[in-house]
Amino acid sequence: MFSKILVANRGEIALRVIRACKEMGIATVGVHSEADVDSLHLELADQKVCIGPAVSSKSYLNMESIVDAAVQTGADAIHPGYGYLAENREFASRCEDRGLTFIGPTPANLGLAGDKIAAKRIIEKAGIPAVPSSRGGVDGIEEAIRTAAEISYPVMIKAAGGGGGRGIRVCQDEEGLREDFSVAKMESRASFGNDEVYIEKVIVEPRHIEFQVLADGTGHVAHLGERECTIQRRYQKLIEESPSPALSPALRREMGEAAMEAARAFDYFNAGTVEFLLDKEGRFYFMEVNARIQVEHPVTELVTGIDLVKEQIRLSSGEKLGYGFDDLDLRGWAIECRINAEDPRKGFLPCPGTVERYRPPSGFGIRVDSHLYQGYELPVYYDSLIAKLIAYDLSREGAIRVMRRALDEYTISPIETTIPLYREIMDDPSFQEGAFDTSFIGKFVPNVEDDDDEEDD
Amino acid sequence: MAEAEKKRVEVRTKMSGVFYRKASPEEPPYVEIGSVVKKKQVLALLETMKVFQKVKSPASGEVVEITAEDEAALKDGDLMFVIEAG
Repeated sequence: MFSKILVANRGEIALRVIRACKEMGIATVGVHSEADVDSLHLELADQKVCIGPAVSSKSYLNMESIVDAAVQTGADAIHPGYGYLAENREFASRCEDRGLTFIGPTPANLGLAGDKIAAKRIIEKAGIPAVPSSRGGVDGIEEAIRTAAEISYPVMIKAAGGGGGRGIRVCQDEEGLREDFSVAKMESRASFGNDEVYIEKVIVEPRHIEFQVLADGTGHVAHLGERECTIQRRYQKLIEESPSPALSPALRREMGEAAMEAARAFDYFNAGTVEFLLDKEGRFYFMEVNARIQVEHPVTELVTGIDLVKEQIRLSSGEKLGYGFDDLDLRGWAIECRINAEDPRKGFLPCPGTVERYRPPSGFGIRVDSHLYQGYELPVYYDSLIAKLIAYDLSREGAIRVMRRALDEYTISPIETTIPLYREIMDDPSFQEGAFDTSFIGKFVPNVEDDDDEEDD
Repeated sequence: MAEAEKKRVEVRTKMSGVFYRKASPEEPPYVEIGSVVKKKQVLALLETMKVFQKVKSPASGEVVEITAEDEAALKDGDLMFVIEAG
C-alpha cells in the first residue's frame, strides 16, 4: 500500500480523496494555486505545495509542477480527482516515468476513452449496441449528408476529440447539416486542436444511464449498478440518483453485462463509468467511457456501501477486486443535487463572491461533500460546483423527502445557487414519478437549451 | 462641431472574472486603442468560473482607453474600456 499520496486537485474532490487517505492511514500532500491559499483541503492535508498561479493552465494543469511536487515531497502516488489531469494520457505516462503510481486507468485506457471514434469501433466489435453513427470521421459535406440519410435525422455533428457536452451541433435536416458542418469542423479545431468530426443519430427523449465499473487488471471486472443522470442542462448533469426509476431488474442485468463487456473490450483498469442512452422503448446505446472517478460517485457509494475512492487506491496498489455485483448488498435509494454557484433564473450565470453565511444541512440520511465554509471567497478562476448534497433513504419517496428538508435547511448567502431550483424540482409530480427525459430542466428554466452565452441587451 | 458631440462611454464588468483581450493566445486582440467599433461588437472576453462571456461595446465609436490588463482578475464594476461614441 502507498505511504503518501499527492492529490492533484482542488475543491470538494480534493477533500474527498484526502479523507479516504486518512481513513486508510496514508499521508497526503495537497496542492494549490496562488488563488487557493485559503482552500479547505489544505487544512486537512498533511503537507501542502503551491504549484503555480491562479489560472488553471499554469497550476492545476501544470504537469511538470505537480509531478515535481510529488517527487519532492516523497509521495509514491498521485490521485487526480476528476477534471483537470484526470483523463490526461500524457500525465499518467509522466507519473509512471517518474516512478509514481497514477491512481486511475492505464495511459492506454485514457487514450482510448478520449478518442470517441476508436472507442466506438471497439464497442461495436464487442457486440455492444451503440448509437447509430458514421463509421469514423467524416471529411466532407457530401459524405456527411450520405451518412445522415442512412441513419436518419435528426443527427448530431460531434467533435472526435470533444467531451463534457462541448463540440456538439444538432441538425434537424439536410439544410441544417449543410449550414453547420464546416462551422462544426472549425469549432472542433479551435476547441480541441483536431477538426475530426463524426455524425451520430439523435436519440429522441432519451434518459442518460451510466454504470459504475471496477476492474483489477487481471480480467476481474464488476459493475456496481447504475446511476440515473438524465436531469441535465446543456449536457451537464444536475441531479443524479441510484438506482434508476427507469430500470427493471432484467434491464439492469442486461445493461450491467454490457458495461462489463465494454470494460473488458477496453482492457480497462481501475474505476470507470460506462455511459448509455436509454430510449423510450427500453433500447440502450453505448455512449462513452468516463475514465475517472465521477462527480456523482456518492450515490453509488450510499446504496452499495462501497467507498469508490478507497477502491481506486486499493486497486492501484495492486490488490484484487474480490467481488461482483451479485455479492453486493444493495439497499435503499440515493439522490444527489449538484449545488452550483449559478443563478438558474439568469441562464445559470455564475455567481462568485464571499460566502457570508453558511449553514449546511445535516441529520439522518444526509451527506454533504463540499469545500465551503463561512467567510470563504469563491475564486473566479474555477468551476462553479460548490457542494454536492446527497440524500439517502430506504425508498425513492423517502430520499426525496430527505432531500427536500435538507434543501430547506441549506443556507449559503449572499451567493445565488441552484438550491431553489432543486427545491422546486423535488415538488414536481413528474420528478416524483420518475418520469422525465433529458429535456426535463426546460420546464423550470425556459429556453435553457438554446440559450446563448449571455443576454442580449 | 462633430468633436463636441462625442461622448465618453465607460465599459465596466457586470461581475468579477478574468479579462481576456483575445480569443486564444495565438490570436490578435479583439480591439486596440484607436479601433473603430460598432455597437455590440466584441471587445474582450470575461471568464467567470469557467464560463466565458463576451464583453460587447455598448456604443459605436472609437476605443480610446483600455484600462484592464490581459488575463487580469477584475472585480464587479471594474472599468475595462472607454469608448468615444461618435
